[in-house]
Amino acid sequence: MAPLLEARSLTKFYPIKRAARGAKLHAVDNVDLMIGAGESVGLVGESGCGKSTIVRLLGRLIDPTAGQILLDGEDITAMSQARFVSTPGRRRIQVVFQDATESLNPSFRAFQSIADPLKRLLGLRKGGEIAKRVRSTAALVGLPQELLQRYPHQLSGGQRARVGIARAIAVEPSLLILDEPTSALDVSVQAVILRLLADLRDRLAMSYLFVSHDLNVVRLLCSRVVVMYLGKIVEIAPAETLFTGPRHPYTQALVAAIPDPARRGEARPRLDGSPTSPIDPDPNACRFYGRCPKSADLCAEAMPPLRAVGPDHFAACHFALSPVGGNP
Amino acid sequence: MAQLEIDNLSVEFRTRHGVVRALESVTLSVARGEIVGVVGESGSGKSVTAYTVMGLNDEAAEITSGRITMGGIDLLAARPEALRELRGREMAMIFQSPRTALNPIRKVGKQIEDVLLEHANLPRRNLKKAAIAALARVRIPDPERRAEAYPFELSGGMCQRVMIAMALACTPSVLIADEPTTGLDVTTQAVIMDLIRDMSRSTRMSTLLITHDLGLAGEYCDRIAVMHAGHIVEIAATETLLDHPAHPYTRQLLAATPVPDSRLYSLTSIPGQLPDLRSALPPCRFSGRCERHQPICDERELPWAQLSPAHIVRCRFPL
Repeated sequence: MAPLLEARSLTKFYPIKRAARGAKLHAVDNVDLMIGAGESVGLVGESGCGKSTIVRLLGRLIDPTAGQILLDGEDITAMSQARFVSTPGRRRIQVVFQDATESLNPSFRAFQSIADPLKRLLGLRKGGEIAKRVRSTAALVGLPQELLQRYPHQLSGGQRARVGIARAIAVEPSLLILDEPTSALDVSVQAVILRLLADLRDRLAMSYLFVSHDLNVVRLLCSRVVVMYLGKIVEIAPAETLFTGPRHPYTQALVAAIPDPARRGEARPRLDGSPTSPIDPDPNACRFYGRCPKSADLCAEAMPPLRAVGPDHFAACHFALSPVGGNP
Repeated sequence: MAQLEIDNLSVEFRTRHGVVRALESVTLSVARGEIVGVVGESGSGKSVTAYTVMGLNDEAAEITSGRITMGGIDLLAARPEALRELRGREMAMIFQSPRTALNPIRKVGKQIEDVLLEHANLPRRNLKKAAIAALARVRIPDPERRAEAYPFELSGGMCQRVMIAMALACTPSVLIADEPTTGLDVTTQAVIMDLIRDMSRSTRMSTLLITHDLGLAGEYCDRIAVMHAGHIVEIAATETLLDHPAHPYTRQLLAATPVPDSRLYSLTSIPGQLPDLRSALPPCRFSGRCERHQPICDERELPWAQLSPAHIVRCRFPL
């Protein structure tokens, strides 16, 4: 698969005010990630692991501290985010934000929300042309034409989600970044939106980066899954492999935590405690050290690199090659 | 008699835009040590049920019929002071979004002491120790230090544990948990739910778990009640409900819920929307969305069908 987007050593540190001079929060630390053309990649991890920072970095909404993002081999981080906005690359990466209620302009009718990126990013000027594009996009996401004149508060949750998706795909992006697109929806609506997303991907040949805390949903829509922990990627694997044979202890705990009526009353490994501080973490220790059931001396002395543990399967754990303990 | 009994409860909200019939004839009981789930989509009346049991409803709410008893005490007839006594000691509630439910400018240890002072009948000098013990019981690491923390200094999962510690401080006999893990990470959710389950078992506490997540209810509840538009439409033991749902809505809800081995195209959505609870409603509030709908569903009063001793469904044409 030809890579559409590649992140190389992508890093984002935030300076901490009022802390010791030079202290930095390591939101995303040296991440390498590839998204193939037409591929759907899932991104999971607990809150604070850097998922949202990845969304904003790859969406080119913020500038990285270090590292590069290549789009079709071209470095799009060579210029600042402010300049990127006025380049043709801008329309190729679009973001669907969590909770359309809060990400749609409340004073824009649905029509305006979808028309705005057409004007800004495609430079469309003629009213007739814009209206035609808005209507065809609305049809694509199954939004009835008569709802285009409504404001967000006059739409249901599912309809708002459709407007959020329509706004993003109106400019025909190559990569759609979906940040928890269904977390604000009831299950009855979620199913329709997930299928809509799968259909659009196939019809428009887009790539997806799908961020979600609902692992069952990620499994439905993604072919490959990336797991993050405290700013680092700890595991990458094809979706089925990740759910049936996770190698990193954090992923194992994550998969074991999925509620499953079929495993009622079964004692499963639980991950207690909270992650260590993301502020200037020890560069020579595994980020999961201390919370990890395996925690060996080696883990406090050397950061495990992301290594191949199977076909298309990578894990950053000293013990990942031996599924049941054993020597690193 | 069950520890908590809700019998034929109806609640209306008087609003500027008309009367919202939020609950109609809700009947449900929770035995000692039992965990009963109440599931449904947003707007189904799950939270109104929880708030009504706790006597915390908005002033616009009017209870138009029904009885709620706890350990034989009629909660709706109880005087406000008596109810206040019961809340905190005999019945407690865990709210969604723990960070906003805790007092932001009081140390969490002090907040637990407040509950103990009000309800536990302890000498003042023992309060601090008891609060720390309550934090330790919910497995908060280093409870002496955490007791001195303000809510903003703790993670969401830790705040939820503090709230559970507060709710369980006086070993209540009834616990109402309203979406206790919404907004928490799955790993934290699992720990918190294990904790609620273990506490229910060890203190024989009756727990009402309000959730929109059928998977979660399926893993932790003994019985599940399904709500739709202010009606309970089905109650059954968890395995029965998941394996042999009888109400068309329950079946559709299950078919829409992703589980570990679902396939995208086997997931189905539920057509239509919740009816407007201010309008004139047919006897079955699901009739407008139902695939098995017959004219008689809109004409005659809706019967309860008893399929087995513990399985009841409110449908004329159950599956």
